[in-house]
Amino acid sequence: MSENNTQDQICVVIGASHGGVNFAFSLRKEGWEGNIILIDKDPLVPYHRPPLSKAYLTTEGGMESNLLKSVESYSKENIEIMLGVSVEKIDRENQNLILADGENLAYDKLVIATGARPFIPPIKGIDRAKNIFPLRTGADVENIRAAFTEATRKNVVIIGGGYIGLETAASLRKLGGNIIVLERENRVLARVTAPEMSEYFTELHAVNGVSVLTEKDVVSIKNNQNANEVICADGTMYEADLIIVGVGIRVNLELAKTAGLTIDNGILVDETAKTNDANIFAIGDCTYHFNPHYNRKIRLESVQNAVDQAKVAAAAIVGKDPVYDTIPWFWSDQYDVKLQMVGLSQGYTEVLVRKEDEQKFSIWYFKEDELLAVDAVNSPKAFVVGTKFIKDSKKIDKSKLIDLEVVFKPANLLK
Amino acid sequence: MAKITFITRENESIILEGTSGSVMQLAVDNNIPGIDGDCGGVCSCATCHVHVDPAHTDKTGEASEIEADMLELNDHANEQSRLCCQLEISEDLDGVVLQVAESE
Repeated sequence: MSENNTQDQICVVIGASHGGVNFAFSLRKEGWEGNIILIDKDPLVPYHRPPLSKAYLTTEGGMESNLLKSVESYSKENIEIMLGVSVEKIDRENQNLILADGENLAYDKLVIATGARPFIPPIKGIDRAKNIFPLRTGADVENIRAAFTEATRKNVVIIGGGYIGLETAASLRKLGGNIIVLERENRVLARVTAPEMSEYFTELHAVNGVSVLTEKDVVSIKNNQNANEVICADGTMYEADLIIVGVGIRVNLELAKTAGLTIDNGILVDETAKTNDANIFAIGDCTYHFNPHYNRKIRLESVQNAVDQAKVAAAAIVGKDPVYDTIPWFWSDQYDVKLQMVGLSQGYTEVLVRKEDEQKFSIWYFKEDELLAVDAVNSPKAFVVGTKFIKDSKKIDKSKLIDLEVVFKPANLLK
Repeated sequence: MAKITFITRENESIILEGTSGSVMQLAVDNNIPGIDGDCGGVCSCATCHVHVDPAHTDKTGEASEIEADMLELNDHANEQSRLCCQLEISEDLDGVVLQVAESE
């Protein structure tokens, strides 16, 4: 195609969350003159997802205060948005989408930003449980709020001690719930952090009145009219008016798979977010991509990745030559604790803790001398210092890092 | 109601009016280039960095410790730097001029 002549072309985006929406606006900013059409099966105007389990759950305000872009922004940038619409099939040969209602939608360029959906584990009785919810969409939060308001005892069991589970626990506790978190592993956040972090968050929840129980493998749920009994492999039972399931996600790959795109732990894309079809790009949680810094392919569940890949795909589609090369970062808020994470800790051989006080510390993950990642609790400075060292691949003096007498500045920590 | 002027990286002045919410949200809603607000306004990403006109720092007050720490290693930060997700719109901000900072 002639990149300079886009006014007669159509770019369609499947999925209008952080990735899809940021892509659409970036593409316009890059000078694309043709149509941009965003499609999502979610009927709500696209919204921020991270606050759903955090501030949004505990505040009264509606979704209008949580939108990714104002309603007017779409028309202002001439971005068409089709909400509550499902795509049935991608017909690559004819560059055409078949929608659930049978309509066709032609594309010149297609972006797949389908993200992921909550995994619902095959627990006996789960399909008959009352008031059981995942937490990923605006509708999930409305359902949780409604059921929580109605429940008189407000007993909530949260299955899964990952970020979604722990954030939801903190939020519902704030609203006055009696919360129990059941984690299958022997510590919470086991997949993503060091034991020191697991301990800190377990204690934080305990202090705030939430029981975080580990090695609790939920094997069945019994529904007793008004409440549920959540039963674990060790024979223990917990009553629940509400059950929140936060045990991970499954990537939405079906459309890409049926279309014959290369799948490898996600939709395989190159450094420009392009799939094995030159007219189809994929961004966000659903992609499997190469990270130059860590020198391996990864799949990420994060806003940062969705937004950054969106910008890369937009630049690539107008004919630029971008390369996706970023250091992943994440954040979580529980109670008044601010957790910021940078880098990927997988494969670490050593953990150092820089402890400023009981509530302010950071965990530094090393592989030999290489700093892989930092988890910063109430310590934005550790987050930015860590980011700098990882980005620049600079070696850090470990003894100075944990020495509080040393002024916490990159120049003072260099090895 | 507060009138807020954004000066973009291309030196274009854009005047917006807001009544509530954060300055970042106002900027994002009006597609001010360079203000992304990726984290949604929780002071976690530093993609809403502005320089407050030196004559207007009394309108905005000072950055919190968290905010200052987030900006400390930013190559484009100076004494006028703020993350505008931390600026709540009120009458106090009326007339403020904010220059969008260069990206990192």
